[in-house]
Amino acid sequence: MRQYANVITAYVIMICLIILVGIFQSWAIALAILNFCLISAVMTMGANIQWGYAGLINFGIMGYTALGGLAAVLISVPPVREAWQVGGLSMLLCLGIIVLIVFSVRYVLKNFQKSKRKNIYITLIIITGLIILRIVSGPAIHSIEAVEPAKTGFLGGLGLPIIFSWIAGAFFAGGLAYVIGKIALGLRADYLAIATLLISEIVIAVIKHEDWLARGVKNVIGLKRPVPYEVNLQSEQWFIDLVAKWNSGKLNLISGAEEKQAALSQFVIEGSSVFVKLCYSGLFIIVVAILLIVTQKALYSPWGRMMRAIRDNEEAANAMGKNVVKQHLLIFVLGSAIVGIAGAMMVTHDGLFTPGSYRPMRYTFLIWVMVIIGGSGNNFGAILGGFAVWFLWIEAAPIALFLINLFTSGLADTNAFKLHLINSVPYFRFLMMGMGLLLIMRYRPKGILPEKINIK
Amino acid sequence: MDFVNAIILLLNYVFVPALSYGSQLALGAIFVTLIYGILRFANFATGDMMSFGTMVAILFTWYFQSLGISLGVLPTALLAIPFAIVFMILYMLIIDKLVFSYYRIKKSPPVMLAMVSIGVMFVTQAVVRIIIGPFDRRFFDGERFILKANQFKEMTGLNEGLTIKSTQVLTIVITLIIVSILFWFLNKTKTGKSMRAYSDNEDLALLSGIDPKKVVMITWMIAGILATIGGVLYGLDKSFKPFTYFNNMLPIFAAAIVGGIGNPFGAFLGGYVIAFSEIFLTYAYKKFFMYVLPESMEPDSLLQLLSTDYKFAVSFSILVIVLLFRPSGIFKGKVL
Repeated sequence: MRQYANVITAYVIMICLIILVGIFQSWAIALAILNFCLISAVMTMGANIQWGYAGLINFGIMGYTALGGLAAVLISVPPVREAWQVGGLSMLLCLGIIVLIVFSVRYVLKNFQKSKRKNIYITLIIITGLIILRIVSGPAIHSIEAVEPAKTGFLGGLGLPIIFSWIAGAFFAGGLAYVIGKIALGLRADYLAIATLLISEIVIAVIKHEDWLARGVKNVIGLKRPVPYEVNLQSEQWFIDLVAKWNSGKLNLISGAEEKQAALSQFVIEGSSVFVKLCYSGLFIIVVAILLIVTQKALYSPWGRMMRAIRDNEEAANAMGKNVVKQHLLIFVLGSAIVGIAGAMMVTHDGLFTPGSYRPMRYTFLIWVMVIIGGSGNNFGAILGGFAVWFLWIEAAPIALFLINLFTSGLADTNAFKLHLINSVPYFRFLMMGMGLLLIMRYRPKGILPEKINIK
Repeated sequence: MDFVNAIILLLNYVFVPALSYGSQLALGAIFVTLIYGILRFANFATGDMMSFGTMVAILFTWYFQSLGISLGVLPTALLAIPFAIVFMILYMLIIDKLVFSYYRIKKSPPVMLAMVSIGVMFVTQAVVRIIIGPFDRRFFDGERFILKANQFKEMTGLNEGLTIKSTQVLTIVITLIIVSILFWFLNKTKTGKSMRAYSDNEDLALLSGIDPKKVVMITWMIAGILATIGGVLYGLDKSFKPFTYFNNMLPIFAAAIVGGIGNPFGAFLGGYVIAFSEIFLTYAYKKFFMYVLPESMEPDSLLQLLSTDYKFAVSFSILVIVLLFRPSGIFKGKVL
């Protein structure tokens, strides 16, 4: 028990902080923070598998998150029949052409000897393939995007429940990671970081500008939810009864029947949004719990020991007959798939997909701050990092405002310096993140909850 | 005549913009490469350091403007650059002292230093936004154009105009001057040679009595100069916005790696490679072919290889291709 004391303390403090937000600000805000903490925790677990278990730097988290989001759109939105009629066939043909290009390149790579001719063949295949793609897809894309551009203008999805997208998102992200891993995993650590960062930017560029796929920067809104809608809840009798029971103490204090009714409907409105968020929290907690159990099991399995061996000494592991390249690729795919799940979860929670909002600062570097601060190599640490950093990220502005008011309390309210500081409150969160990262790296380089391996 | 028109068209829309954009990237890429070659880490704070230098220059420009000092046809910002450089060097030396030197002395792996630079990136970004705000700012004054399209048409009697902005000429000229001085410094002076030796083989350099502290300090000073000038030139040509500067880090990295990271000359050329390929691949050649081809063969589509939305994606794809086939860059890297 004692060895878990600091883990338990850290989590208790975190939960208390969120409860404090609930008491002082509102429960809806506290639950929103909790939900995003859980999503961040999933992302950090993905990054932690790659960095903590295997020592791979993946700065492409943004790309996988966006692909997870894309999966949510492609799974849940009902198909746009008109668009499929005008351009669906050509788009499928394009998919076929891409597969054909890939396979013919692979064929050439395998069956020809290393020579100039081989390179020429490959370039020829790719160039002709791209030209054919362009010719086939051009008119199709144009006609798809012309179908009610204000509302649809894309192919739509499968119309399945959005919860399936969490699995599909994992497959999407894992697939991309497989391709990237094949290309880039041989690179040195910092090259890999830069390469993955840039590749994720390419992914975002494609999602942003291929309107036929997911409307691009025009956003997809109103995705179906896996949980009830507030409006429907508010008219359900069982829910009103539940709220009445929950708030019976407060309601009994009110005497007039009409006022009581008004107070009750107010409680119902508040309660419905809290209830919906609680439903999400429940779903997310299930995901986090499953992932935590699986990753913990993996960490202490022979496979986990092998991964640590590879991380700590690649040559030695290689000499022991472990296939370092294959294992690196495997863990790269697994970690990215987990990030993909988080991306799909996030879009599910928001109910909208906005490719323009994917920025490396928020989706790549912040997640890395979480991993480093929480403790790389330790799943509990990674989750805690996700919680703590996201909490700070949201609550940084109120904290900064409080500090500014405290330190400038001697100045008049109209003082230009004070006003300037107060106006730039939102940017203090970057300062806090940076300072947090620098301090942790300097004084506790293994994170708040460092990696601890018990040899049994 | 049509042929000349076509050439002017390309000059106007492709060549001149690419040359000035390439110069801006080149300065940044040399900055990245110097840090990588001597301090041995990928500096993720590059873009934000450039934006910090530019911010200081803008503040000085405003101050000079309020005093009524100006350079006439030239932008006042040129006058502010030396002052900004002093501040920038101070800032970099302070950061090095507070943050990087600890890990350098401990001989941490490069990955650790790259992570630390992310912390510096967050802090610098916050400082810039707190001081000057996240908004788009133009601080150019003086004469905007050297050659206007209409003047050119009148002068030559051609259909196509050629516009040359003064910022473009300034960018190219200043870049060439700075880069030549830098190469002279690295190749001919004793300090420069000691820097190259340090980059090539640290232990050997230490044995032969090179003072590592001095080398590191001079590296940061040169980096400060490059970052400030690169940032100010970009801001003069386009505009200053902290977020764009952060994003510029990506093509700059691409340029540095394409040229062979650790190799300043490679980085210099890499900047132009990235800029030219970005603009060449996203330019719509319709008008060009209308001039060159006979009327019967006139194209009806835009003849654009890639839509301009993919501008960034082009440079990144080049980087990926280079990494795949020549991981050390086009011009072998890792020798300063």
